[in-house]
Amino acid sequence: MLNIFKIAVRNLMRYKRRTLLTASLVAIGVVFVLVFISVSGSFKNMMIGQITDSFLGHIQIHKKGYVASIDSLPLTMNLGQKAFEKVEKAINEIPDIEAYSKRIKFGGMFSNFVETTNVRLNGVYPEDEVKTVPLFLSRVKEGGKDIKPGEILVPELLAKGMKVKVGDTVVVIATNKDGSVNGKQFQVGGILESVTGPGGRDGYIHIEDAMEILRMDTMEISEIAIRLRDFDELHSAFDRLRDKLSNELNKQGGPAFEVHTWEKLSPFYNIARMIDIMTFFVKLMLIAIVLISIMNVMVMAVYERIREIGTIAAIGTLPGKIVAMFLIEGFSLGFFGVVIGNILGVAVISVLSVAKLTFNFGRQKGLLLSPSINLQDILVISIIVITISVIASLQPAYKASRMNPIDALRHV
Amino acid sequence: MSLVTADNLSKAYAKGELKVEALKNLNFEIEPASFVSFVGPSGSGKTTLLNLIGCLDKPTSGVLTVDDTDVSGLNTRMAAAFRGRKIGFIFQDFNLIPVLTVYENVGYPLLMVRNTPSPERKRRILTLLEAVGMAEKKNKYPDQISGGQKQRVAVARALVTNPKLVLADEPTANLDHKTAYMVIDIMKKMKNELGTTFIFSTHDQKIVGEAEIIYPLEDGELTKGRG
Ligand SMILES: Nc1ncnc2c1ncn2[C@@H]1O[C@H](COP(=O)(O)OP(=O)(O)O)[C@@H](O)[C@H]1O
Ligand SMILES: [Mg+2]
Repeated sequence: MLNIFKIAVRNLMRYKRRTLLTASLVAIGVVFVLVFISVSGSFKNMMIGQITDSFLGHIQIHKKGYVASIDSLPLTMNLGQKAFEKVEKAINEIPDIEAYSKRIKFGGMFSNFVETTNVRLNGVYPEDEVKTVPLFLSRVKEGGKDIKPGEILVPELLAKGMKVKVGDTVVVIATNKDGSVNGKQFQVGGILESVTGPGGRDGYIHIEDAMEILRMDTMEISEIAIRLRDFDELHSAFDRLRDKLSNELNKQGGPAFEVHTWEKLSPFYNIARMIDIMTFFVKLMLIAIVLISIMNVMVMAVYERIREIGTIAAIGTLPGKIVAMFLIEGFSLGFFGVVIGNILGVAVISVLSVAKLTFNFGRQKGLLLSPSINLQDILVISIIVITISVIASLQPAYKASRMNPIDALRHV
Repeated sequence: MSLVTADNLSKAYAKGELKVEALKNLNFEIEPASFVSFVGPSGSGKTTLLNLIGCLDKPTSGVLTVDDTDVSGLNTRMAAAFRGRKIGFIFQDFNLIPVLTVYENVGYPLLMVRNTPSPERKRRILTLLEAVGMAEKKNKYPDQISGGQKQRVAVARALVTNPKLVLADEPTANLDHKTAYMVIDIMKKMKNELGTTFIFSTHDQKIVGEAEIIYPLEDGELTKGRG
């Protein structure tokens, strides 16, 4: 076997310039794909991270039907104590879950004693919220990095419009699910940066304050946000959670809960999908480049060596061996291109990550792009390119093996 | 028992509407360890005949046996395997593989056709290179040696697998006289040492004298045999 490789490499070296050119073409394709994958991948991961870690969480659980009517933040669709205990039991049975946070979501009026406007609020336990969405506190632009009882974190657009500053006193008025109106004074504890996506412009208060405004005797939860230890386990954790909760039925006999991953909750998922589709097409282009360039070289290689093929066939080389010789030649050419491409690609990616590229996402400015590539991507690309190289050599190799030695030997 | 037997052997080519009868009812027998030459002018059918004996082509009619095998019954793959086992080839244009050294060219049939293990391969190659006087040039590439030297390497390559039969179609046509005699001499020497049967073709009347058995070929017919 080793010696077929030696013959293949020697034959490739016979036309150094052509081999180098073709290998370079393959290498450039590989570099392009690797850089694209790493940059778009890091962009995607950064976005997903921003969305899930700053407010959404990885998975959310609601009462069945809540997400469909989330625009009106219906208090009638909260989970009572018993329902919540069932959810908590399911959560505790899944070790992949790192943290979870209960939220009471409601809409109300926000007044600075001069003007009044609408506000959407989340009542949360600050410690649980921070564990579940670790980037949350980084959104607090001004004021203390905490949600103390009696304080409110005001979304920045609202703060601007209502001209409130940290330390100001404001009033929140809300109607509870029985229809009675209640108000409570808060001190502005901080100004909260907006993020793209539903719920990205909500205010935050302590959960006990929310209960007080809404006159809840026992806690009723609108939403449970969940953070996983390992984001890659998203779908398996989701499946387990859904399976555990799907047995729970409401009084009408339908499912009591609904479980969603961030993908179903954020419009950014479609952008993430677009990136995946673009990556797929970039890979497809690489395949086309490799296929055409290697096939071209191998067709020429066979044509140039017709008499040699006639000679080796005449002295008894079996057709299968001749096929193998040309396949290995195509393999070696692809392999050569892949090695150069991987070295260059990793070099370019390292340069890009040292160069500290930044970009803006919605209202978030200067997010640092840190392109990186994992070994698995490199391996997958390499295997694809090498496989395509061999496939591209199949037809020429087969043609070589089927040559009639007499005709081939007579060829000039 | 003869090594090669031709019984009413004919080969015709269809050239469009025209039918060219390249070989007409040949009958001959070639014994093992003989040194045979088919002689005739260009177009007399020498290449056609050697191609048939070499299992590269099939007769139109008649029977051709090589080492007790009716070779017209072999399919492409079987014919290739048969050639690899029993027949060595020497070509008019030497046909060494340009990317392989002299040593590797001689080793090619052992490696790629016979799968001979390495130590034995090495021994065989060096023995044959010694025998044809090319041991010193073993690391040279074909384009670094002369035509006569190339043909000596080709002789070594044809013999390295120890075949029963070596076929050489006009092996000296591209060589000057002195070199041509030397190559024929080496072939003869190898025949005597190894007992290999050599069948070669030539149109060169001077070289013909070197053969032990001469079959004159004219327009696809054997005119007379001399033994
Ligand atoms: N492939 C072929 N198709 C048609 N005619 C052929 C073919 N090969 C050889 N011939 C004809 O057969 C005859 C014998 O040719 P060949 O065996 O090559 O003679 P030689 O080798 O003695 O010169 C010639 O008339 C030649 O034109
Ligand atoms: Mg001829």
